[in-house]
Amino acid sequence: MSLAETTSAPEARARGPVPDRLRAPWEAKLKSWESLLLVVAIGIFILNSFASPYFLNAWNLSDATFNFTEKAMIAFAMALLIIAGEIDLSVASIIALASTAMGLVMEAGFGTPAIVATGLVTGLLCGAFNGVLVTRLGLPSIVVTIGTMSLFRGISYIVLGDGAFRGYPSDFAFFGQGYAFWVISVELVIFAVLAVIYGVVLHRTNFGRAVYAIGNNPTGALFSGIRVARVKMILFLLTGLMSGVAAVCLTSRLGSTRPSIASGMELEVVTMVVLGGVNILGGSGSIPGVVIAAFVMGLVTFGLGLLNVPGIVMSIFIGLLLIGVIALPRLWAKFRGRA
Amino acid sequence: MKLAKLLTTAAVAAGLFAGPASAEDMRIALVVKALGIGFFEAAAKGAEEAASELGDVEIIYTGPTDTTAEGQIEVINALIAQQVDAIAVSANDTDALVPTLKKAMQRGITVISWDSGVAEDGRQAHLNPSSNALIGNMIVKLAADELPEGGDVAVLSATTTSTNQNIWIEEMTKVLPNYPGINVVGTVYGDDLADKSYREAQGLMQSYPDLDAIIAPTSVGIVAAAQAVVDAGKVGEVNVTGLGLPSEMAGAIESGASKSFAIWNPIDLGYSATMMAYHLAKGDVEAAPGAEIEIGRMGTITLDETGSAAMADPFVYDESNIDDFKSIF
Repeated sequence: MSLAETTSAPEARARGPVPDRLRAPWEAKLKSWESLLLVVAIGIFILNSFASPYFLNAWNLSDATFNFTEKAMIAFAMALLIIAGEIDLSVASIIALASTAMGLVMEAGFGTPAIVATGLVTGLLCGAFNGVLVTRLGLPSIVVTIGTMSLFRGISYIVLGDGAFRGYPSDFAFFGQGYAFWVISVELVIFAVLAVIYGVVLHRTNFGRAVYAIGNNPTGALFSGIRVARVKMILFLLTGLMSGVAAVCLTSRLGSTRPSIASGMELEVVTMVVLGGVNILGGSGSIPGVVIAAFVMGLVTFGLGLLNVPGIVMSIFIGLLLIGVIALPRLWAKFRGRA
Repeated sequence: MKLAKLLTTAAVAAGLFAGPASAEDMRIALVVKALGIGFFEAAAKGAEEAASELGDVEIIYTGPTDTTAEGQIEVINALIAQQVDAIAVSANDTDALVPTLKKAMQRGITVISWDSGVAEDGRQAHLNPSSNALIGNMIVKLAADELPEGGDVAVLSATTTSTNQNIWIEEMTKVLPNYPGINVVGTVYGDDLADKSYREAQGLMQSYPDLDAIIAPTSVGIVAAAQAVVDAGKVGEVNVTGLGLPSEMAGAIESGASKSFAIWNPIDLGYSATMMAYHLAKGDVEAAPGAEIEIGRMGTITLDETGSAAMADPFVYDESNIDDFKSIF
């Protein structure tokens, strides 16, 4: 499996359309980033196998994927948004609001299809709200979404207070607790399908090219005939929708809704995106990078968990990993430039 | 790549041999709301004490960084993967942990909750440090004892979703008619964060200038409230009471900001939870209503119809005994 991954990533890049990169060294750097991440991922996998006798077990690894699948679903859309030079910090709060809306629909006696639809539509509406404020009123997205971060979760707290929605229909458990076949969970399948869709959209379509262009130079993009506001609006809608999808999965997995659901998840999503090699200032990054970053974060949390390493140490480790993976290619470039 | 394959194969082989070898001792995982909280560190001490008394027990003390249900699920998944014998959890969320804990029970792991409970179908038994009714009564009694003429009191709680705090406040409200003249003017939430609790306590004193007491049934809130009272120069006017840790409250007792407060002994709690998990995992007793479980030096507890048991009455700390306990926890 690891063999296939190492060869396919650079190949895909070599065959891909070059015009969305300005210079060849730029692409080379990007290539090394993903390979470096992959090396890190494989290294962590091997270390974990040695560190704990329980690591190499299909069911255990399957359980471990739940550590990142929901976050990664949002991270795909967030990657596009960050590449386009914007950010959405309200994603975890959108989950809370979508989950609360789903709970209300469930309490009203509707079945699973209506509950799922509610989650997705709520996500879309929240995304639209963010998008309108950013693209129509021209407000900075970081400020807007810090605001809506409090707003969306605040509504959940008003609705639920110290209460909780429980008693979701048993067939609703399919999304977060179900298995497609053997150890492959439904969430993992959703994750994989979304990874392919976002990979194609970003790396193989005009829309994806426009996202890079906007991130590199919004004014230039506008004068090249790209409808910048429209593209950004779509990206906010997508991020909202993905938060809705994650809300469906997480609510299904927890079997209940509380307003504190998914608290703090927005930073983990952003961490995943940045670890995946997406430039936080916009303009560059790739979906394969984010996919590998998701696995790296999942493997680290699960591996350290198996060793009963305290969570505080895990956070430190993720932080160091983030700084390390970002700093290494730059240090390497500097070192090579001097030599 | 060949090397990687070789290493993986070696690891699989190592795993096969390492598995049964470490299965000698019974492994009991003590899962707490979050690491780095004095109360739970003390409970872990009690668990270790029980383990050394029992002899064949290994304690795994673990928990997430933040008090989130999602974090606890990740920790519990890792414990299920290690095939521990028992999980004793103080839950961040009554309901959200249920699916994961059900999975643990399906895989043959004994699951109990302690301190902060899990919904009935997510555990086999639950150990309360005390009974909720006794705690609810105790926190208002502590305030009322200092106010023979009656007066205005306010509650500073943790988060709006904290299972424990909400039940205690509910029980407190039930027994309020027994304390004539005690008037509860409001409830605020400090989210178990020192700075937010401090601000909320300040807000209470500003909103209710005649406030006589602040009841904080949370170890973070009570310290912050006592500090806010000292900083506002209202020592002697506003009495801070509730549930707190002796080590953190010693200063407040000394300054007079708090006359007295209560807490069960977390060491006893960790000890009892471990004993309970041990006997259930061992099969000494069946977790069923009416079952009697020996919990070592703490005596015997009986499970009620919901599978819960109460350990003991909360213990009152004041200037007469604070010095003896502040170094313990």
